[in-house]
Parts: sequence; structure tokens; C-alpha cells
Amino acid sequence: MIWLVASFGVFFAGAVLSMLLPRRTLRWFGPLASALGAGLGLVPVVMALGPGGDLSWDRGWSMPLGAFRFGMDPLSAWFAGAILLLTTLAALYASGYLRDAEERKDTGVFWFHYLLLTASMLAVVTARNGILFLLAWESMALTSFFLVIFDHEDGAVRRAGWIYLIATHIGTAFVLFLFALLGRHSGSLDFAGFFAIARHREVASVVFVLAVLGFGTKAGFMPLHVWLPEAHPAAPSPVSAVLSGVMIKTGVYGLLRVLTFLGTPPAWWGWMLVAVGAASGVLGVLFALAQHDLKRLLAFSSVENVGVITLGLGVGLLGVTHRDPIMALLGFSGAALHVLNHAIFKGLLFLGAGAVVHACHVRDLEELGGLQKRMPVTGTTFLIGSAAISGLPPFNGFVSEFLIYVGAFAGIIGSTGTATLSGAVVTVAALALIGGLALACFTKAFGVMFLGEPRSAHAAHAHEVGGAMRLPMVTLAALCLLLGLGGPFLLPLLASVTAPVTGLPASIAATVVRETPALQILWKVTAATGGLVVLALLLGAWRAHLLGGRTIGATGTWDCGYVAPTARMQYTASSFADPIIRMFGAFLGTRSRLSRPDGLFPEGGHFASDTPDVSSERLYAPLFARLEEVMARIRLLQHGLLHLYILMIVLSLLGLLFWKLG
Amino acid sequence: MTLPVDTILVIVILTGFLILGTARLITAIRLSAIQGVCIGLLPVAASGGGTSVRVLLLGLAIVILKGVVFPRLLRRAIRESRTSGEMQPYVGITASVITGILALVAAFWLDARMDFLPDSHGLVAPTAFFTIITGLFLIVARKLAITQVIGYLILENGIYVFGLAIALEVPVIVELGVLLDMFVAVFVMGIAIFRINREFNHMDSDQLRNLKG
Repeated sequence: MIWLVASFGVFFAGAVLSMLLPRRTLRWFGPLASALGAGLGLVPVVMALGPGGDLSWDRGWSMPLGAFRFGMDPLSAWFAGAILLLTTLAALYASGYLRDAEERKDTGVFWFHYLLLTASMLAVVTARNGILFLLAWESMALTSFFLVIFDHEDGAVRRAGWIYLIATHIGTAFVLFLFALLGRHSGSLDFAGFFAIARHREVASVVFVLAVLGFGTKAGFMPLHVWLPEAHPAAPSPVSAVLSGVMIKTGVYGLLRVLTFLGTPPAWWGWMLVAVGAASGVLGVLFALAQHDLKRLLAFSSVENVGVITLGLGVGLLGVTHRDPIMALLGFSGAALHVLNHAIFKGLLFLGAGAVVHACHVRDLEELGGLQKRMPVTGTTFLIGSAAISGLPPFNGFVSEFLIYVGAFAGIIGSTGTATLSGAVVTVAALALIGGLALACFTKAFGVMFLGEPRSAHAAHAHEVGGAMRLPMVTLAALCLLLGLGGPFLLPLLASVTAPVTGLPASIAATVVRETPALQILWKVTAATGGLVVLALLLGAWRAHLLGGRTIGATGTWDCGYVAPTARMQYTASSFADPIIRMFGAFLGTRSRLSRPDGLFPEGGHFASDTPDVSSERLYAPLFARLEEVMARIRLLQHGLLHLYILMIVLSLLGLLFWKLG
Repeated sequence: MTLPVDTILVIVILTGFLILGTARLITAIRLSAIQGVCIGLLPVAASGGGTSVRVLLLGLAIVILKGVVFPRLLRRAIRESRTSGEMQPYVGITASVITGILALVAAFWLDARMDFLPDSHGLVAPTAFFTIITGLFLIVARKLAITQVIGYLILENGIYVFGLAIALEVPVIVELGVLLDMFVAVFVMGIAIFRINREFNHMDSDQLRNLKG
């Protein structure tokens, strides 16, 4: 564990140094510090996932009830691995991304917060003491807030930053209360003592609900997700990748960690997670489909993927409740794998979006198009990311969603009660709907951005981004494929990762892994798709061989025989998504303004549509307005009269004195 | 306690009442000076025959600061701010004196309740409470910033007396620290009042509310 401490040391030292070093040096220093810290941190991760077992590191602390108590079990290691992997790649990307900003912005501030954010996320998943956890949790919230408002000259960015700051603190309030409850029943804030709560069933249920609310705000459960579609587009793209890829997963980690304390769950816990997951997943992808802003689309898609993860957790919990080992193991394993997968492909997609924004300076899908020819690497990796996020084989998204499917089907087949059966059916239905809609959503995103002809001068003048930005995208795309093909090998590892929540002993878990139909199917998928990949490579080589030495002509796309086609003849993003959006219009509340061209010689027509976030408009805006009304009454106390302020202080002091002595 | 100590304490209480009852700033400053001198003499009187040099020097420092330096600073502030020289109370003079009586009753009640104090401290603790409450009352119930400085001085006197009630031999370093604190505070307040006055042509602290957004 000394490696972990050394890793924290590198991150802190790097953060301090990046405030001092000149900006040119930071170009290589930032990624280097990130990579070095991650390298050191990955040693205990590998040890804990391998035969090393649980590791821990303990030091006293002068903080009341606090202790420097870190631990690394497979569950922590899984999340820590995802965090370190993505932050390193995003750091490399950021050094290229920030090069343009170098002259007008202080990149030292960026690296300071970036390295501290990485360290705090690592601390969140390894902390074994409540105070330490909360401290890391808050420092994660603050550093990410400062990263979100990196472009604070823009008013919209500042507004997004405030929404994020408020949302994250509301979440923290629940988490604070949760730890207070856990600590009250165990007499200490060390994680090791929290297991005592399992005896108090009612309290455990309260703790569970608090965890769903508090950690769900960070993870982005509907309708607690409001900050995601605001903060992700506002942040610089490498930061969006880290926030969406791993930071919101600390919420999932928190929920999982708390579940390990709470003992056998009642059925309604699983049901609640299935319901939350289905709502987040389906609504998240629907809203994603309706967006025109590329990064907003990706942010809503994160809500969807967190929904998928939550569905997995719900299936797993139902499995634990009804002692169905296949359901428990596959549900939780699917969720855990989806955490890593989403970190990889959503990281990839946000980096790709960043490359597009970097090259075109616009985020509106309606102004893009034809980028595949101009940015082939970005386009190809974005396509791989899109296929992965839609859950298509042979990429990694398929494996995790497949595990959840099989877990849910196991629940349907071997169900002992209606609760499990209905929960599993809802999961399967929701996953199927999500998969289809996600495919539509990313077909739209990829198609409109990269295919066809440029819809604006911005897109027409785009050019491929530099090597520092390409390399992380290529790496992540390769990982998508690798994890997709490596599905069967991951399952035993996942069994040990999820052991604390499934409560299955290693021998039973091993049997389940061997016997489950998922493994055989995954083997077949891997073999078949591996073969297909090899075949595709061979065909490509053959094509290159055939074309070698011949002249290759190129002509305009979408020509269709017209002499002068224009880019306006193409499908737009909104027209592509329109049929589906109409179908689900009741949930979305899309607003459109149409002025038809009319008369015999029509001159101008206009159409615009936008889909604002329903929950922020219908739920939070009225809620906060009402709250402000109530709170305004308390403003009487802030009258500005110095004498009365002092009088209030004196009266309360005297009151306390008389109360104590009386 | 001995006769000189009790005498001094009674004078402290009486000056407290007089400050509550006066309408003129200059009188209030003078009274606070008298109270400060009494406070300075208190440890000397309490130690009886065996007065050490340390206690003597401390008493001297307090007498000079509270009896001479602070009043001078305050008088200068009044002169330069050209006020009418009136207290400008929120709470009328009669009501203030009645409050003082209530404060004295409360002080004795509190004293009876505090069983952790050493026995046979006589009037010390009630005087301390009374003086503290008087100081706070002056801060709250008088309009001018300068009366708040006076109130603060009186509050500090009360705290000092209370320290005496708990332990006669207050560590000298603590006492010097408190004195230095006060010196700086009065100095700063004096300057601040002077500045406020020059900027806004008045020193009503209730006008500070105009700063509120």
C-alpha cells in the first residue's frame, strides 16, 4: 500500500508544482505527473485484483473521529483502475487540447485541479473512514467544480458551474446524514464497524434510501441528474470525459460500498433500483436523442448508462434477496463491467467530441457534417465508441449489457416470486428499449457529424487534431474492442470484484461462473466476432492489394445525379430523430416553432425545435422558487442594523447561560 | 474579601450605573476612566500586604492605559468628529438605569448558581457579570460608534474582574496579551471612527445599513 501513498504524494506534488512551472513546461509535465501517479497507483490495484487480496494502510489523525485508513479490496481496485486509466489518457489529450488556450488562460490552474481531482477520486474509492471519505468526496466536488468553470469568462459556463455546485452539495448533505446514521449505530466512523447496522432493519432501509439519493445525485439518477447536461457541455472536453467517464461512477461505488454494510436486502430495495434504473435509462436516452448540442447529447447518454448500471445493481440485489446466485452474480458483475466500459467508451466519445469542437469551434450538430473525410482518425474512433455504447458486439458495451440480460432472464426462468419475476421483466424490457434507442441516438450523432457534406463553413474547414489528442482516442477505441473480445476472461475477475455485495463464497461463485449460460454464449460471441475481425482485416488487405497500382477516383457524396447539390438537402439531426421523438412526445415536451413558407412566391421559412430538461423546468424551478419564497421571510433577520445583530448575539449568549445554569 | 477590595468593587458597580445614566459622551469617557483605574487597583488591593512587583507593574500598566491613554484617544475622536457630545441612546436614560438594576439582580442570581467558583469571593463575580452585561447593553443601546468603544472597554473590565474571581494570580502573560489586544482594538476603532466620520460626515453606526445590498 506504500505504492498508493506514493501515488497520492506524486499527485499532490505535481499539483503544487504545476502552479509554479511555466506554461510551456506544463505541456509535458501535466501528463507526466498524471501518468506517474497512475503508474504508482496501479500497482496496488493489480495486487488487489490478483492473488494479493485485500490491502490496507493505517495512520492516526488528529481529526476527531477521523483516521487515515485506506484499503484496497477488489471492489475498490476495480473503480481505482478505471479512474487511473481514464485520467491518464485524458491528461495526455488535455495537453494537446489546451495548447490553443495557453496564451489567454493559466493552464497551471487546470493541472492543479486536474491532478487533485484524480487524487481525490482515488481517495474516495480507497477510504475506509467516514471523515476521510467525506473529505475526499468534497475535495472531488470542489476540484471538479473549478475544472467545469475553466472557461469562466462565459456566463453560461458560470451558470452551469453554479448548478453543479448546488447539486453536488445537496447530494453531499444526504451522504453526510448517511454517515452520521452509520456512525451512531456503530460508535465509530471506521468502515470496519459499519456492519453493525445490518441488525437494525429499519435504520438500514433509511441508510439505503439516503445512499440512493446522495450517491444518486453524483451518479445522475433521474430526476437527480439535472447538473449533468449543464456541467458536461460547459467543461473542457477532457474534463467532461473524466467527469462523465469516472467521476459520476464514484456515486455507483458509494452505493455499492454502502450496500456491503447493510446485510440481506428486502425485495423493495432491488425493485427501487430497477425502477430508478429503468427511468434513468429510458428517459436519459430519449433526451439524448432529442438534443442538438453534441456534448449535451453525450451528457444525457451518461444518464442512460448510469441507468443501465443501476438496472444491473437492481437485478443483483433481487438475486441476493431471493438467494439466486446467478442473478446476483451476473447483475452485479454486469453493472461493475459497465462501469469500466462506460468509462472507456464515454471517455472516447467525449474526447472525440472535444476533437470536433477543437477543429470546428461549434457543438451544434446542425452545423457539422462530412467530417469523416477531414478527420478520419476521430471519425473512426467515434464510430467504434458509438457502436460500443449502443451495445453492439464485438465491442465492450455488448458484454456488460449481455451479462445483465442473462442475469434478468435467469430471474425470469428460476423465479420464486412475483417480485423477482416482475423486476426481471421490467429490466429486460427497459434494456431492450434502451439498446434500440441508443443505437438510433448514436446513428444520428455519428451520421450527422461525420457523413454527408459539411453543413457550415466551420465544418468545411476542419482538420484532424494533433497526435497528443489522437493517441488517447485510438487507445480507448482499441480497449473497446479488446474488452469486447475478452468478455469470457473477465467473468471470474468480476466474481471476485462483486463478492462483497453478492455475499457469495469463492467456491460457489466459481461454480456459478462455470455453469452459467452466459459464459458459453460469450465464448461463442468472442470466437465468432474474433473470426469476423480477422476476416475483415484479410478482406481489407485484399482490397489494398487489388487497388494497389490503380488510379482511384473520388467524387462528391450525396451527388444523386444533381449538378449542384447543396448541403441543405441532407437529413438534419432533428429530422432524423423526429419520428422517434414524436412517438415519445409525451415524456419529452419538445417545443418547436415553425413558420411555413407560403404564397405563390414563398420567400422564407423557418423551423426550430428544442428539448429542455423536463425535470429541471417542471420540478426544480418551481421547487426552488417556492423555497426562495419561504426563505425570504428569514431575510428579516438580515436587516443591516449593527446594534440588533449584537443584541441577537448577546441575547443568545445570555439565554444559553441562563439555560445551562437554570 | 477585604474592605478595600469591596470598596473598589462597589465603586465599579456605581460607575457602571452612572455610565448608564449619563447623557453626555464626555462624562461617559470620564466614568470609564475611573472604572479603569479602579480595575487596575483591584489586584493590588486583593493581594493585601504581599504585593509582588509583578502585580504592581501590571496594575500600573492598566491604570495608565485605561485611565489616561484610552480616554485621551476617545476624547480626541470626539473632538475631531464634531459631534454634539450627546449619547444619542436608542433606549432612554431611565430605562437604561432600570435595565442596570435588572442586570445587577441577574448577576447575583447567576453568581448563586455558579457553584464551581471558589468560595468566599464575595462581590467579585456579581460585579463581573454586572459589568459585562452593562458593557454589552451599552454596545447595543447607544447609537454612536464611539459609545460602542466605551461599551467594549467596560465589557473588558468585567471580563478582567471575572478572571480575578476565578484565580487571583492571573498569569502575567495572559493579562499582558489582553491589554495589548485592547490597546490595538481601541486604537483601530479610534482610527476607524475618525475615517468613517471623514468619509460620511457622521458616525452613526445605524447608517451602516446603507451598505447592505
